[in-house]
Amino acid sequence: MLNLLLSRLATAIPSILGVVIVTFMLTRLLPGDPAAYFAGLAASPQAIAEIRTKLGLDKSLPEQFVGYVGDLLHGNLGNSLSTGQPVVTEIATRLPASAELTLFALILAVAIAIPLGVLAAVKQGTWIDHTCRIVTTAGVSLPVFFTGLLFAYVFYYLLQWAPAPTGRLDVFLSPPTHITGFYLIDSALTGNLETFWGALRQLALPGISMAIFSLAPLARMTRGSMLAVLGSDFIRTARASGLSPRTVIFTYAFRNAVLPVITTLGMVFSFLLGANVLIETVFAWPGIGLYAVNALITSDYAPVQGFVLTMAVLYVALNLTIDFLYGLVDPRVRLDS
Amino acid sequence: MSAVPALAVEDLSVEFRTRSGVVKVLEHVGFSVDKGETVALVGESGSGKSVTAFAVMGILDAAGKVTSGRAMFGGADLLALNEHDLAEQRGRELSMIFQNPRTALNPIRRVGRQIADVLVRHGGATRNDAPRAAIEMLKKVRIPDPERRAEAYPFELSGGMCQRIMIAIALACRPALLIADEPTTGLDVTTQAVIMDLIGELAGEAGMATIFITHDLALAAEYCDRIVVMHAGHIVEAAPARELFAHPRHPYSAKLLAATPGETVSLADMASIPGGLPDLRRTDLPACRYSGRCERRLDECTQPLPQRTMGERHVVACWNPL
Ligand SMILES: Nc1ncnc2c1ncn2[C@@H]1O[C@H](COP(=O)(O)OP(=O)(O)O)[C@@H](O)[C@H]1O
Ligand code: SF4
Ligand SMILES: [Mg+2]
Repeated sequence: MLNLLLSRLATAIPSILGVVIVTFMLTRLLPGDPAAYFAGLAASPQAIAEIRTKLGLDKSLPEQFVGYVGDLLHGNLGNSLSTGQPVVTEIATRLPASAELTLFALILAVAIAIPLGVLAAVKQGTWIDHTCRIVTTAGVSLPVFFTGLLFAYVFYYLLQWAPAPTGRLDVFLSPPTHITGFYLIDSALTGNLETFWGALRQLALPGISMAIFSLAPLARMTRGSMLAVLGSDFIRTARASGLSPRTVIFTYAFRNAVLPVITTLGMVFSFLLGANVLIETVFAWPGIGLYAVNALITSDYAPVQGFVLTMAVLYVALNLTIDFLYGLVDPRVRLDS
Repeated sequence: MSAVPALAVEDLSVEFRTRSGVVKVLEHVGFSVDKGETVALVGESGSGKSVTAFAVMGILDAAGKVTSGRAMFGGADLLALNEHDLAEQRGRELSMIFQNPRTALNPIRRVGRQIADVLVRHGGATRNDAPRAAIEMLKKVRIPDPERRAEAYPFELSGGMCQRIMIAIALACRPALLIADEPTTGLDVTTQAVIMDLIGELAGEAGMATIFITHDLALAAEYCDRIVVMHAGHIVEAAPARELFAHPRHPYSAKLLAATPGETVSLADMASIPGGLPDLRRTDLPACRYSGRCERRLDECTQPLPQRTMGERHVVACWNPL
């Protein structure tokens, strides 16, 4: 098992390297001159040149790259031009906001999609199966930013049920003591019910928009996989042995059916990382997605690089987790390595 | 031999609803197995042997429906029991082993636990004792190094080993009836014999009734007391094994026998049975489903089939038996 993870980690190194190169090249090739932006509209060409020297932009590309990699190895992602803050610090403070939103959406989606998919397969052709089909069809046909906008319009603007889409917490509430950076967890740990409720209300619309988006592939895969497994020979054996329906469905069928669902989960999670950017923009969510969008608009490339690198690392970590879960469930994977 | 039936199937009919219409897969199937007796259910592939077994076990696919019949077992009609009561009997009173041992076992569960699951379910062992009892079962089916093998997953074992595990699962709770559905198809000849001997021996020890499903008449003759011949969802003939081999009465049995390479028949003489099974989706199926392939057909053959007794425990459903 450990070998499996180590070998997967080794194969991830080239992709991380690739991402480092691509982020470096990409931000150099993006339109817009950071030095000109930083110097301001009224700056003289001389001032711009000075700033260019200060930022190291006058050096050759290979030189810049070596400097860039050296900085990366020291955990230095540069400073944001707009705020002057180190990118590492800014990403570290914003990451929990994105993580809380994404995980909330994912857990919500899993909590609904998996039971729905299992039930739809077990009670094939009944109303629950039809519900599952409607939900999955609706889920795939609605783009996530559209759901987000629609929700904000209906539940905030029209119905006034939800708070204004302006970030993680109402301005009148103070954030909970920092423990994990997740407002829900921190406020629950400190027993701050008011903040917990406030944070949950803010999280609801963006979280549900993203959950709906991830629900469809998860429910569909769970249903399909369960149906395939329920029709397989070993389920017939289990039934012929008189095992109780609970054992047959959960211990025998579900554990086998969950394997492709785990793969889908990984895929959905990486979709969600992307969808974050859109949802954070719609709901003014102070996460890394919004941070990257703002940086991109202002040609502030250090945060963009930082964002892409963070995503790449998350992606690798995600795939390792998936492999780990897979190995945990399936002995064939575990013992093969 | 005592003639107390362990299982008596009467008038069993099964239909499958498919996209291309209703298929009458079984029609008025009847046969019985006595306690301690081994009966072979023989017929070419697609004749309804597995469906018969699944119907008796109550594990037909959702598309399959029993439209008539009874299966008397231990004083109760299995076909009339609800799913809950039937599940109590399955694995405890009547068990089944299947054709593909590798796919018939849960691929991600240790084989010892799969045996233990059945024991725990039917009260054959407590949760704590179950692992030990499972190892005992592995010993009984003569798996070498049972302690270690109990921890194995099916993909780590050979087909023959997997079939022994299946036998251990099926016999763990000492059932009164075992249905073995082509248990040796796909295994090599040596393993085939070992598995058949093992089933025969364990069944004999326990006085268990056994239904042995096969398309191999020679294998049936070697291991079974009686043979029931099935064709296109009908039972066409039932007779003691020797008698059937010596005097097959139904034209289909005779052809099947001629197609079986045995000691007396060389491979060169082997006659294959002309024609195929009739399309069971037809609504105008003839009374005798073999009539399309039969060389002895008479005008009466369109009438409902008679059940003719040809000797002791020898019945044939034919208007013009040999
Ligand atoms: N799930 C099913 N749906 C439709 N037809 C089926 C199904 N299962 C079996 N049948 C039909 O029943 C007939 C008998 O099948 P089976 O009992 O498996 O034959 P065998 O004698 O080879 O075991 C076949 O013609 C097959 O097409
Ligand atoms: S009933 Fe007639 S057609 Fe059918 S097997 Fe007998 S002789 Fe042939
Ligand atoms: Mg079969």
